[in-house]
Amino acid sequence: MFAQRLALPSTFRTLPAFLMMAIVLPLLAGCGYNTIPTAEENARAAWSEVLNQYQRRADLIPNLVETVKGYASHEKDTLDAVVEARAKATQITVTPETLKDPEALKKFQDAQAGLTSALSRLIAVSEAYPDLKANQNFLALQAQLEGTENRIAVSRRDYIQAVRDYNLTLRTFPSMLWATFWFRGNEPFANFTVAEDKMQPPKVDFGTKQGG
Amino acid sequence: MRGRCPAGQRGALRNASLGFLFALLSLLFLPFTALAADLPALTGRVVDNAGIIDAATRAALTQKLADFETKGSDQIVVATIPSLDGEEIEPYANRLFRFWKLGQAKENNGVLLLVAPNDRKMRIEVGYGLEGTLTDLHTKLIIENDMVPAFRAGDFSGGISKAVDDMVMVLEGNPEELEARGERNQQAPFDSDDLFFAVFISIWAIIFFGSIAASVLPPIFGQKLGPGRYRWLGMTFEPSRRSSSGGWSSGSSGGGWSSGSSGGGGFSGGGGSSGGGGSSGSW
Repeated sequence: MFAQRLALPSTFRTLPAFLMMAIVLPLLAGCGYNTIPTAEENARAAWSEVLNQYQRRADLIPNLVETVKGYASHEKDTLDAVVEARAKATQITVTPETLKDPEALKKFQDAQAGLTSALSRLIAVSEAYPDLKANQNFLALQAQLEGTENRIAVSRRDYIQAVRDYNLTLRTFPSMLWATFWFRGNEPFANFTVAEDKMQPPKVDFGTKQGG
Repeated sequence: MRGRCPAGQRGALRNASLGFLFALLSLLFLPFTALAADLPALTGRVVDNAGIIDAATRAALTQKLADFETKGSDQIVVATIPSLDGEEIEPYANRLFRFWKLGQAKENNGVLLLVAPNDRKMRIEVGYGLEGTLTDLHTKLIIENDMVPAFRAGDFSGGISKAVDDMVMVLEGNPEELEARGERNQQAPFDSDDLFFAVFISIWAIIFFGSIAASVLPPIFGQKLGPGRYRWLGMTFEPSRRSSSGGWSSGSSGGGWSSGSSGGGGFSGGGGSSGGGGSSGSW
């Protein structure tokens, strides 16, 4: 009896809450409550794509090194430099959680830039070996490497754009209100610096231009 | 003279300030216009802005590519631009690909063959969805074996049509996948089931909401004639009586739901995107 009297009002009390939620939740979405989480997830997805492409490059390298070794074994220094740079680059991972840390991102891009330059040296060196250049396997790897470098560039551009959008939602007016009142834990993501972006072009064709 | 001079000055001043304002405004819009202006419009499957493809080849290519799209929904577009204006071909091709949205939205199965004769560069940009079929190596081989020798001989039309043939061949090399893609993206022009359903739902909705409106709106907006009788939109409503039929089909026929996408017959991208697949070359 007593329990019944207790239970009855509680159901009545939750009913207005439900109605309130039903009215308020769509309003929240309309007022831009979703803007910040959406932009954040977009930026994270863009970062995953960047990592994905860098990983793809790292996966190509052992094959490339093996192929080059078969023809140009006395370019040991260049080969070792590539292997070393690859090891260094694969050690440093930046998870979406650490994207807020500019230092971590800086380390990551330094390591990847080191690998980029080591690779372009390797390709430049391999120009001196006609047998190697005629090798079908090397040709395939070179095409894939070129494609991957370009995909890295595209994914980096997308990431830069996504982070810019996300950081803007945290700092510009209407969505900034949500950031200050609700998403206090959200911090701007670190972005690639322009200088690093300009370091991108030393690509495989650096070698072919020198050769031709 | 004395009166005119200051007036003239004032006018000049106003003109100058107006000009300044205009300059500021145009500066404000400059990024947008510049971005839109330096990318060519998608006028067809062969966009020959550099004018290097002869008319017969262009017609043949357009036909071939249209046929190929009906088969597997893959969109291949050939574009030539006179000059890259100092930009690298890779970012330009990617920008153009995304601007044109080649390939179907869910498949991203577009291919862009871009030639910039003044820079002596070409690129085959492959959408996300075709990267596995038309690999970087395939595109590299097509560029090196089909296009470079023909272009060196000055035969742009021949090189391009050979490259298109080979791309189609590679994409057709996986027939099951191609057919499956085509079926998924079939544009059903007239599906009788869907139409029946839509008609049924709309009739039902008109009856349901119309009767509600006929009983609620006249007392609010209409003119009262007598107890329970209202005049609204030139008709007499009697909401209190059950049989108020004949009332709500008023003068303003609500012929509203105009279907949005009317194709128009022209060619446009399907909403696909590219992540930089494919390869480039030069001659």
